[in-house]
Amino acid sequence: MKPARRNRLLLILLMIAGVATAASFALKAFNENLMYFFSTTEVTEGKVPQGAKFRLGGMVVKGSIERPDNGMMVRFVLTDYKNRVTVEYTGILPDLFREGQGIVANGRLNDHGVFIADEVLAKHDENYMPPEVADSLKNPEEQP
Amino acid sequence: MNSFAESILMGGYAFYVWTAYGIAFVVLLINLVLPVLQRKQFLRELALKQKRTRQ
Amino acid sequence: MSFVPAPISRFFHRMASPPHFYCLTNKLLPWLTVIFILLLGYGLYAGLYLAPTDYQQGDSYRIIYVHVPAAWMSLFIYVVMATAGAIGLIWRIKLADIMVICSAPIGASFTFIALVTGSLWGKPMWGTWWVWDARLTSELILLFLYLGIISLYGAIEDKRSASRAVSILALVGVVNIPIIHYSVEWWNTLHQGPTVTKIDKPSIHIDMLIPLLVMAIAFKFYHLIALLQAAKVELLKREQNSQWVKTMLESET
Repeated sequence: MKPARRNRLLLILLMIAGVATAASFALKAFNENLMYFFSTTEVTEGKVPQGAKFRLGGMVVKGSIERPDNGMMVRFVLTDYKNRVTVEYTGILPDLFREGQGIVANGRLNDHGVFIADEVLAKHDENYMPPEVADSLKNPEEQP
Repeated sequence: MNSFAESILMGGYAFYVWTAYGIAFVVLLINLVLPVLQRKQFLRELALKQKRTRQ
Repeated sequence: MSFVPAPISRFFHRMASPPHFYCLTNKLLPWLTVIFILLLGYGLYAGLYLAPTDYQQGDSYRIIYVHVPAAWMSLFIYVVMATAGAIGLIWRIKLADIMVICSAPIGASFTFIALVTGSLWGKPMWGTWWVWDARLTSELILLFLYLGIISLYGAIEDKRSASRAVSILALVGVVNIPIIHYSVEWWNTLHQGPTVTKIDKPSIHIDMLIPLLVMAIAFKFYHLIALLQAAKVELLKREQNSQWVKTMLESET
Protein backbone atom coordinates (compact mmCIF):
# COMPACT_ATOMS: atom_id res chain seq x y z
CA MET A 1 0.00 0.00 0.00
CA LYS A 2 1.28 3.46 -0.83
CA PRO A 3 2.19 5.63 2.20
CA ALA A 4 -0.46 8.23 1.38
CA ARG A 5 -3.18 5.58 1.26
CA ARG A 6 -1.92 3.96 4.44
CA ASN A 7 -2.04 7.30 6.22
CA ARG A 8 -5.61 7.89 5.07
CA LEU A 9 -6.59 4.39 6.25
CA LEU A 10 -4.99 5.00 9.67
CA LEU A 11 -6.69 8.38 9.94
CA ILE A 12 -10.09 6.83 9.26
CA LEU A 13 -9.52 4.02 11.76
CA LEU A 14 -8.43 6.55 14.39
CA MET A 15 -11.49 8.67 13.71
CA ILE A 16 -13.88 5.72 14.11
CA ALA A 17 -12.11 4.59 17.29
CA GLY A 18 -12.37 8.12 18.71
CA VAL A 19 -16.06 8.48 17.93
CA ALA A 20 -16.78 5.00 19.30
CA THR A 21 -15.01 5.82 22.57
CA ALA A 22 -16.88 9.10 22.91
CA ALA A 23 -20.19 7.37 22.16
CA SER A 24 -19.58 4.60 24.70
CA PHE A 25 -18.79 7.20 27.42
CA ALA A 26 -21.92 9.14 26.55
CA LEU A 27 -24.04 5.98 26.68
CA LYS A 28 -22.55 5.02 30.06
CA ALA A 29 -23.39 8.45 31.43
CA PHE A 30 -26.98 8.29 30.20
CA ASN A 31 -27.45 4.60 30.97
CA GLU A 32 -30.21 5.23 33.54
CA ASN A 33 -32.19 7.47 31.19
CA LEU A 34 -32.01 4.95 28.36
CA MET A 35 -33.83 2.35 30.45
CA TYR A 36 -37.37 2.49 29.24
CA PHE A 37 -38.91 1.09 32.45
CA PHE A 38 -38.18 0.06 36.06
CA SER A 39 -38.68 -3.48 37.36
CA THR A 40 -41.00 -4.37 40.25
CA THR A 41 -37.97 -5.23 42.42
CA GLU A 42 -36.62 -1.71 41.93
CA VAL A 43 -40.00 -0.40 43.12
CA THR A 44 -40.06 -2.51 46.31
CA GLU A 45 -36.45 -1.57 47.03
CA GLY A 46 -37.35 2.12 46.69
CA LYS A 47 -35.02 2.77 43.77
CA VAL A 48 -37.65 4.65 41.79
CA PRO A 49 -38.30 8.42 41.72
CA GLN A 50 -40.61 9.27 44.64
CA GLY A 51 -43.80 11.08 43.73
CA ALA A 52 -42.73 11.48 40.10
CA LYS A 53 -44.07 9.65 37.09
CA PHE A 54 -42.13 6.64 35.85
CA ARG A 55 -42.69 3.47 33.85
CA LEU A 56 -43.05 0.06 35.47
CA GLY A 57 -42.56 -3.20 33.60
CA GLY A 58 -43.42 -6.76 34.61
CA MET A 59 -45.51 -9.85 34.02
CA VAL A 60 -49.22 -9.85 34.86
CA VAL A 61 -49.68 -12.46 37.63
CA LYS A 62 -52.13 -15.24 36.74
CA GLY A 63 -55.52 -14.79 38.32
CA SER A 64 -54.73 -11.32 39.63
CA ILE A 65 -56.84 -9.31 37.18
CA GLU A 66 -60.00 -7.93 38.84
CA ARG A 67 -62.48 -5.15 38.21
CA PRO A 68 -63.50 -4.09 41.76
CA ASP A 69 -66.34 -1.72 40.81
CA ASN A 70 -67.40 -3.67 37.73
CA GLY A 71 -66.41 -0.55 35.82
CA MET A 72 -63.51 0.58 33.68
CA MET A 73 -61.03 0.35 36.57
CA VAL A 74 -58.78 -2.71 36.42
CA ARG A 75 -56.58 -3.91 39.25
CA PHE A 76 -53.80 -6.42 38.64
CA VAL A 77 -50.47 -7.48 40.08
CA LEU A 78 -47.14 -7.24 38.23
CA THR A 79 -44.13 -9.41 39.02
CA ASP A 80 -40.55 -9.93 37.88
CA TYR A 81 -40.66 -13.37 39.62
CA LYS A 82 -39.07 -11.80 42.73
CA ASN A 83 -41.27 -8.97 43.95
CA ARG A 84 -44.83 -7.92 43.24
CA VAL A 85 -46.48 -4.55 42.75
CA THR A 86 -50.22 -3.88 42.53
CA VAL A 87 -51.34 -1.68 39.64
CA GLU A 88 -54.62 0.17 39.14
CA TYR A 89 -55.61 1.45 35.71
CA THR A 90 -58.68 3.06 34.21
CA GLY A 91 -58.95 3.00 30.44
CA ILE A 92 -58.70 0.86 27.35
CA LEU A 93 -56.24 -2.02 27.49
CA PRO A 94 -54.19 -3.13 24.44
CA ASP A 95 -55.22 -6.31 22.58
CA LEU A 96 -52.32 -8.27 24.01
CA PHE A 97 -53.14 -7.50 27.66
CA ARG A 98 -53.75 -10.82 29.40
CA GLU A 99 -52.54 -12.96 32.28
CA GLY A 100 -48.89 -13.93 32.03
CA GLN A 101 -48.22 -11.12 29.53
CA GLY A 102 -45.34 -8.70 29.92
CA ILE A 103 -46.58 -5.11 30.13
CA VAL A 104 -45.23 -1.62 30.72
CA ALA A 105 -47.37 0.83 32.71
CA ASN A 106 -46.79 4.58 32.97
CA GLY A 107 -47.88 6.37 36.15
CA ARG A 108 -46.90 6.99 39.76
CA LEU A 109 -47.01 5.29 43.16
CA ASN A 110 -49.64 6.39 45.66
CA ASP A 111 -49.15 6.49 49.46
CA HIS A 112 -50.15 2.83 49.85
CA GLY A 113 -47.52 1.57 47.41
CA VAL A 114 -50.10 0.97 44.68
CA PHE A 115 -49.03 2.00 41.18
CA ILE A 116 -51.68 4.25 39.62
CA ALA A 117 -51.22 3.91 35.85
CA ASP A 118 -52.57 6.26 33.23
CA GLU A 119 -51.18 4.28 30.30
CA VAL A 120 -50.70 0.53 29.83
CA LEU A 121 -48.63 -0.91 26.95
CA ALA A 122 -48.21 -4.59 26.17
CA LYS A 123 -44.69 -5.92 25.66
CA HIS A 124 -44.85 -9.02 23.53
CA ASP A 125 -42.11 -11.63 23.45
CA GLU A 126 -39.89 -12.61 20.54
CA ASN A 127 -41.60 -15.99 19.97
CA TYR A 128 -43.78 -16.60 16.95
CA MET A 129 -45.70 -19.88 16.49
CA PRO A 130 -49.09 -21.22 15.48
CA PRO A 131 -51.66 -21.68 18.32
CA GLU A 132 -51.48 -25.50 18.13
CA VAL A 133 -47.75 -25.43 18.80
CA ALA A 134 -48.21 -22.93 21.63
CA ASP A 135 -50.80 -25.21 23.27
CA SER A 136 -48.52 -28.22 23.13
CA LEU A 137 -45.71 -26.22 24.70
CA LYS A 138 -47.78 -24.99 27.63
CA ASN A 139 -46.39 -26.20 30.92
CA PRO A 140 -48.62 -25.59 33.97
CA GLU A 141 -45.63 -25.47 36.35
CA GLU A 142 -44.04 -22.58 34.48
CA GLN A 143 -46.65 -20.05 35.42
CA PRO A 144 -45.72 -17.06 37.58
CA MET B 1 -54.45 -22.65 6.59
CA ASN B 2 -57.32 -20.25 6.13
CA SER B 3 -59.50 -19.27 3.21
CA PHE B 4 -58.57 -16.48 0.82
CA ALA B 5 -61.33 -14.18 2.05
CA GLU B 6 -60.22 -14.64 5.65
CA SER B 7 -56.69 -13.75 4.61
CA ILE B 8 -57.84 -10.41 3.24
CA LEU B 9 -59.53 -9.56 6.54
CA MET B 10 -56.36 -10.40 8.50
CA GLY B 11 -58.33 -11.42 11.58
CA GLY B 12 -59.47 -7.84 12.18
CA TYR B 13 -56.03 -6.31 11.65
CA ALA B 14 -56.60 -5.62 7.93
CA PHE B 15 -56.13 -1.86 8.30
CA TYR B 16 -52.73 -2.15 9.99
CA VAL B 17 -51.37 -4.97 7.82
CA TRP B 18 -52.47 -3.60 4.45
CA THR B 19 -51.43 -0.03 5.26
CA ALA B 20 -47.98 -1.30 6.23
CA TYR B 21 -47.64 -3.27 2.98
CA GLY B 22 -49.08 -0.42 0.92
CA ILE B 23 -46.68 2.20 2.24
CA ALA B 24 -43.70 -0.14 1.82
CA PHE B 25 -44.74 -0.91 -1.76
CA VAL B 26 -45.12 2.75 -2.75
CA VAL B 27 -41.79 3.80 -1.21
CA LEU B 28 -39.90 0.92 -2.85
CA LEU B 29 -41.56 1.58 -6.22
CA ILE B 30 -40.56 5.26 -6.16
CA ASN B 31 -36.94 4.20 -5.63
CA LEU B 32 -37.06 2.01 -8.74
CA VAL B 33 -38.95 4.31 -11.09
CA LEU B 34 -37.29 7.63 -10.26
CA PRO B 35 -33.74 6.74 -11.43
CA VAL B 36 -35.08 5.28 -14.69
CA LEU B 37 -37.02 8.47 -15.45
CA GLN B 38 -34.05 10.62 -14.44
CA ARG B 39 -31.71 8.68 -16.72
CA LYS B 40 -34.05 8.92 -19.71
CA GLN B 41 -34.46 12.66 -19.24
CA PHE B 42 -30.73 13.21 -18.78
CA LEU B 43 -29.86 11.21 -21.89
CA ARG B 44 -32.42 13.19 -23.89
CA GLU B 45 -30.90 16.48 -22.72
CA LEU B 46 -27.41 15.24 -23.45
CA ALA B 47 -28.34 14.13 -26.96
CA LEU B 48 -29.87 17.55 -27.67
CA LYS B 49 -26.76 19.29 -26.41
CA GLN B 50 -24.57 17.12 -28.60
CA LYS B 51 -26.67 17.78 -31.67
CA ARG B 52 -26.40 21.53 -31.06
CA THR B 53 -22.62 21.46 -30.72
CA ARG B 54 -22.25 19.41 -33.88
CA GLN B 55 -24.19 21.90 -35.99
CA MET C 1 4.38 -3.25 -1.82
CA SER C 2 0.84 -4.43 -2.19
CA PHE C 3 -1.51 -6.51 -0.01
CA VAL C 4 -3.70 -7.46 -2.95
CA PRO C 5 -2.53 -10.00 -5.58
CA ALA C 6 -2.17 -8.52 -9.04
CA PRO C 7 -5.03 -10.38 -10.86
CA ILE C 8 -7.58 -9.40 -8.18
CA SER C 9 -6.42 -5.83 -8.17
CA ARG C 10 -6.64 -5.78 -11.98
CA PHE C 11 -10.19 -7.17 -11.77
CA PHE C 12 -11.23 -4.42 -9.36
CA HIS C 13 -9.69 -1.69 -11.47
CA ARG C 14 -11.53 -2.98 -14.52
CA MET C 15 -14.80 -3.19 -12.55
CA ALA C 16 -14.26 0.31 -11.26
CA SER C 17 -13.77 1.71 -14.76
CA PRO C 18 -17.00 3.58 -15.54
CA PRO C 19 -17.74 2.30 -19.10
CA HIS C 20 -17.13 -1.29 -18.09
CA PHE C 21 -19.34 -0.91 -15.02
CA TYR C 22 -22.13 0.70 -17.07
CA CYS C 23 -22.05 -2.09 -19.63
CA LEU C 24 -22.01 -4.85 -17.01
CA THR C 25 -24.89 -3.23 -15.14
CA ASN C 26 -27.04 -3.27 -18.27
CA LYS C 27 -26.40 -6.98 -18.70
CA LEU C 28 -27.08 -7.81 -15.04
CA LEU C 29 -30.25 -5.80 -14.45
CA PRO C 30 -32.79 -8.00 -16.31
CA TRP C 31 -31.60 -11.10 -14.46
CA LEU C 32 -31.69 -9.39 -11.09
CA THR C 33 -35.20 -8.12 -11.81
CA VAL C 34 -36.50 -11.59 -12.70
CA ILE C 35 -35.01 -13.15 -9.55
CA PHE C 36 -36.37 -10.30 -7.42
CA ILE C 37 -39.92 -10.64 -8.76
CA LEU C 38 -39.93 -14.42 -8.25
CA LEU C 39 -38.63 -14.14 -4.68
CA LEU C 40 -41.00 -11.29 -3.83
CA GLY C 41 -43.99 -13.15 -5.28
CA TYR C 42 -43.27 -16.29 -3.31
CA GLY C 43 -42.35 -14.38 -0.14
CA LEU C 44 -45.61 -12.41 -0.14
CA TYR C 45 -47.73 -15.46 -0.97
CA ALA C 46 -46.08 -17.52 1.76
CA GLY C 47 -46.04 -14.72 4.31
CA LEU C 48 -49.56 -13.41 3.83
CA TYR C 49 -51.35 -16.65 3.01
CA LEU C 50 -49.42 -19.87 3.71
CA ALA C 51 -47.86 -18.95 7.05
CA PRO C 52 -49.99 -19.87 10.08
CA THR C 53 -51.58 -17.30 12.38
CA ASP C 54 -49.59 -16.43 15.50
CA TYR C 55 -50.80 -17.76 18.88
CA GLN C 56 -50.51 -14.37 20.56
CA GLN C 57 -50.74 -11.67 17.93
CA GLY C 58 -53.15 -13.20 15.45
CA ASP C 59 -52.68 -12.01 11.90
CA SER C 60 -51.17 -8.65 12.87
CA TYR C 61 -47.77 -10.34 13.14
CA ARG C 62 -47.72 -10.64 9.32
CA ILE C 63 -46.30 -7.10 9.29
CA ILE C 64 -43.06 -8.87 10.30
CA TYR C 65 -42.52 -9.82 6.63
CA VAL C 66 -41.88 -6.22 5.62
CA HIS C 67 -40.86 -4.76 8.95
CA VAL C 68 -37.98 -7.07 9.86
CA PRO C 69 -36.38 -7.39 6.37
CA ALA C 70 -36.64 -3.59 5.97
CA ALA C 71 -34.99 -3.05 9.36
CA TRP C 72 -32.20 -5.49 8.45
CA MET C 73 -31.70 -3.70 5.13
CA SER C 74 -31.55 -0.30 6.85
CA LEU C 75 -28.52 -1.52 8.83
CA PHE C 76 -26.97 -3.54 6.00
CA ILE C 77 -27.11 -0.64 3.51
CA TYR C 78 -25.54 1.67 6.06
CA VAL C 79 -22.59 -0.70 6.48
CA VAL C 80 -22.23 -1.02 2.69
CA MET C 81 -22.39 2.76 2.33
CA ALA C 82 -19.79 3.40 5.04
CA THR C 83 -17.49 0.74 3.55
CA ALA C 84 -17.81 2.34 0.11
CA GLY C 85 -17.08 5.68 1.80
CA ALA C 86 -13.89 4.32 3.35
CA ILE C 87 -12.78 2.84 0.00
CA GLY C 88 -13.53 6.14 -1.71
CA LEU C 89 -11.55 8.10 0.87
CA ILE C 90 -8.52 5.81 0.85
CA TRP C 91 -8.22 4.77 -2.80
CA ARG C 92 -10.06 7.73 -4.39
CA ILE C 93 -12.19 5.45 -6.57
CA LYS C 94 -14.92 7.36 -8.38
CA LEU C 95 -17.33 4.43 -8.37
CA ALA C 96 -17.08 4.10 -4.56
CA ASP C 97 -18.12 7.75 -4.15
CA ILE C 98 -21.09 7.11 -6.43
CA MET C 99 -22.10 4.05 -4.38
CA VAL C 100 -22.11 6.14 -1.20
CA ILE C 101 -24.47 8.81 -2.45
CA CYS C 102 -26.70 6.32 -4.31
CA SER C 103 -27.02 4.13 -1.19
CA ALA C 104 -28.31 6.92 1.02
CA PRO C 105 -31.85 7.33 -0.44
CA ILE C 106 -32.37 3.55 -0.56
CA GLY C 107 -31.20 3.18 3.02
CA ALA C 108 -33.39 6.08 4.10
CA SER C 109 -36.38 4.43 2.39
CA PHE C 110 -35.84 1.13 4.20
CA THR C 111 -35.38 2.93 7.53
CA PHE C 112 -38.59 4.86 6.92
CA ILE C 113 -40.43 1.63 6.05
CA ALA C 114 -39.09 -0.09 9.17
CA LEU C 115 -40.28 2.82 11.35
CA VAL C 116 -43.71 3.19 9.74
CA THR C 117 -44.53 -0.53 9.61
CA GLY C 118 -43.24 -0.89 13.17
CA SER C 119 -45.58 1.89 14.22
CA LEU C 120 -48.50 0.19 12.45
CA TRP C 121 -47.60 -3.01 14.29
CA GLY C 122 -47.09 -1.31 17.63
CA LYS C 123 -50.49 0.37 17.71
CA PRO C 124 -52.59 -2.82 17.84
CA MET C 125 -50.10 -4.91 19.82
CA TRP C 126 -48.34 -2.63 22.29
CA GLY C 127 -51.14 -0.07 22.39
CA THR C 128 -49.10 2.85 21.09
CA TRP C 129 -47.80 4.18 17.76
CA TRP C 130 -44.47 5.28 19.21
CA VAL C 131 -42.39 5.07 22.37
CA TRP C 132 -39.00 6.64 23.06
CA ASP C 133 -37.25 3.41 23.96
CA ALA C 134 -33.65 2.70 22.97
CA ARG C 135 -34.45 0.59 19.88
CA LEU C 136 -36.95 2.95 18.31
CA THR C 137 -34.92 6.05 19.11
CA SER C 138 -31.66 4.66 17.69
CA GLU C 139 -33.47 3.60 14.50
CA LEU C 140 -34.88 7.13 14.19
CA ILE C 141 -31.33 8.50 14.55
CA LEU C 142 -30.36 6.22 11.64
CA LEU C 143 -33.03 7.87 9.49
CA PHE C 144 -31.65 11.31 10.41
CA LEU C 145 -28.13 10.12 9.53
CA TYR C 146 -29.29 9.07 6.07
CA LEU C 147 -31.18 12.33 5.57
CA GLY C 148 -28.18 14.29 6.84
CA ILE C 149 -25.95 12.55 4.29
CA ILE C 150 -28.37 13.33 1.46
CA SER C 151 -28.70 17.01 2.38
CA LEU C 152 -24.98 17.48 3.07
CA TYR C 153 -24.22 16.11 -0.39
CA GLY C 154 -26.77 18.46 -1.90
CA ALA C 155 -25.42 21.46 0.00
CA ILE C 156 -21.83 21.25 -1.28
CA GLU C 157 -21.41 22.54 -4.81
CA ASP C 158 -18.21 20.70 -5.78
CA LYS C 159 -19.23 17.05 -5.95
CA ARG C 160 -15.76 15.72 -5.20
CA SER C 161 -15.49 17.51 -1.88
CA ALA C 162 -19.17 16.71 -1.25
CA SER C 163 -18.37 12.99 -1.62
CA ARG C 164 -15.48 13.32 0.82
CA ALA C 165 -17.59 15.13 3.43
CA VAL C 166 -20.43 12.65 3.07
CA SER C 167 -18.10 9.64 3.42
CA ILE C 168 -16.68 11.02 6.65
CA LEU C 169 -20.17 11.62 8.04
CA ALA C 170 -21.16 8.07 7.06
CA LEU C 171 -18.10 6.62 8.81
CA VAL C 172 -18.76 8.60 11.99
CA GLY C 173 -22.35 7.33 12.02
CA VAL C 174 -21.19 3.71 11.98
CA VAL C 175 -21.17 3.75 15.82
CA ASN C 176 -24.96 3.85 15.72
CA ILE C 177 -25.19 0.44 14.01
CA PRO C 178 -24.11 -1.77 16.96
CA ILE C 179 -26.16 0.47 19.25
CA ILE C 180 -29.31 -0.27 17.23
CA HIS C 181 -28.57 -3.98 17.12
CA TYR C 182 -27.79 -4.43 20.82
CA SER C 183 -30.22 -1.81 22.19
CA VAL C 184 -32.78 -4.49 23.07
CA GLU C 185 -30.17 -6.37 25.12
CA TRP C 186 -28.34 -3.48 26.78
CA TRP C 187 -31.43 -1.66 28.03
CA ASN C 188 -35.03 -2.34 29.05
CA THR C 189 -37.02 -1.58 25.93
CA LEU C 190 -40.63 -2.00 24.92
CA HIS C 191 -39.34 -3.57 21.72
CA GLN C 192 -38.79 -7.31 22.22
CA GLY C 193 -35.45 -9.08 21.87
CA PRO C 194 -34.05 -10.66 18.69
CA THR C 195 -35.95 -13.59 17.19
CA VAL C 196 -33.96 -14.95 14.27
CA THR C 197 -30.40 -14.12 15.30
CA LYS C 198 -30.70 -15.66 18.77
CA ILE C 199 -27.66 -17.79 19.49
CA ASP C 200 -29.36 -21.05 20.53
CA LYS C 201 -32.07 -21.30 17.90
CA PRO C 202 -34.54 -18.92 16.31
CA SER C 203 -37.73 -18.74 18.36
CA ILE C 204 -40.01 -18.66 15.36
CA HIS C 205 -41.91 -21.56 13.83
CA ILE C 206 -40.29 -22.89 10.64
CA ASP C 207 -43.38 -22.16 8.50
CA MET C 208 -43.20 -18.54 9.62
CA LEU C 209 -39.43 -18.32 9.29
CA ILE C 210 -39.15 -19.39 5.64
CA PRO C 211 -41.22 -16.50 4.21
CA LEU C 212 -39.23 -14.11 6.40
CA LEU C 213 -35.93 -15.32 4.97
CA VAL C 214 -37.30 -15.30 1.40
CA MET C 215 -38.44 -11.71 1.84
CA ALA C 216 -35.05 -10.78 3.28
CA ILE C 217 -33.27 -12.21 0.20
CA ALA C 218 -35.81 -10.52 -2.10
CA PHE C 219 -35.02 -7.18 -0.44
CA LYS C 220 -31.29 -7.80 -1.00
CA PHE C 221 -31.98 -8.17 -4.73
CA TYR C 222 -34.17 -5.07 -4.66
CA HIS C 223 -31.28 -3.19 -3.07
CA LEU C 224 -28.93 -4.29 -5.88
CA ILE C 225 -31.41 -3.24 -8.57
CA ALA C 226 -32.20 0.14 -7.02
CA LEU C 227 -28.53 0.84 -6.32
CA LEU C 228 -27.43 0.00 -9.87
CA GLN C 229 -30.24 2.07 -11.40
CA ALA C 230 -29.31 5.07 -9.30
CA ALA C 231 -25.59 4.54 -9.93
CA LYS C 232 -26.17 4.61 -13.70
CA VAL C 233 -27.73 8.08 -13.50
CA GLU C 234 -25.02 9.43 -11.22
CA LEU C 235 -22.30 7.92 -13.42
CA LEU C 236 -23.74 9.51 -16.57
CA LYS C 237 -23.99 12.90 -14.88
CA ARG C 238 -20.40 12.81 -13.67
CA GLU C 239 -18.98 11.39 -16.92
CA GLN C 240 -21.08 13.38 -19.37
CA ASN C 241 -18.03 14.96 -21.01
CA SER C 242 -16.05 11.74 -21.37
CA GLN C 243 -15.60 9.91 -24.64
CA TRP C 244 -17.46 6.69 -23.73
CA VAL C 245 -20.70 8.55 -22.96
CA LYS C 246 -20.49 10.40 -26.31
CA THR C 247 -19.84 7.19 -28.20
CA MET C 248 -22.72 5.47 -26.45
CA LEU C 249 -25.08 8.33 -27.28
CA GLU C 250 -24.08 8.31 -30.94
CA SER C 251 -24.56 4.57 -31.27
CA GLU C 252 -28.04 4.85 -29.71
CA THR C 253 -29.32 7.69 -31.87
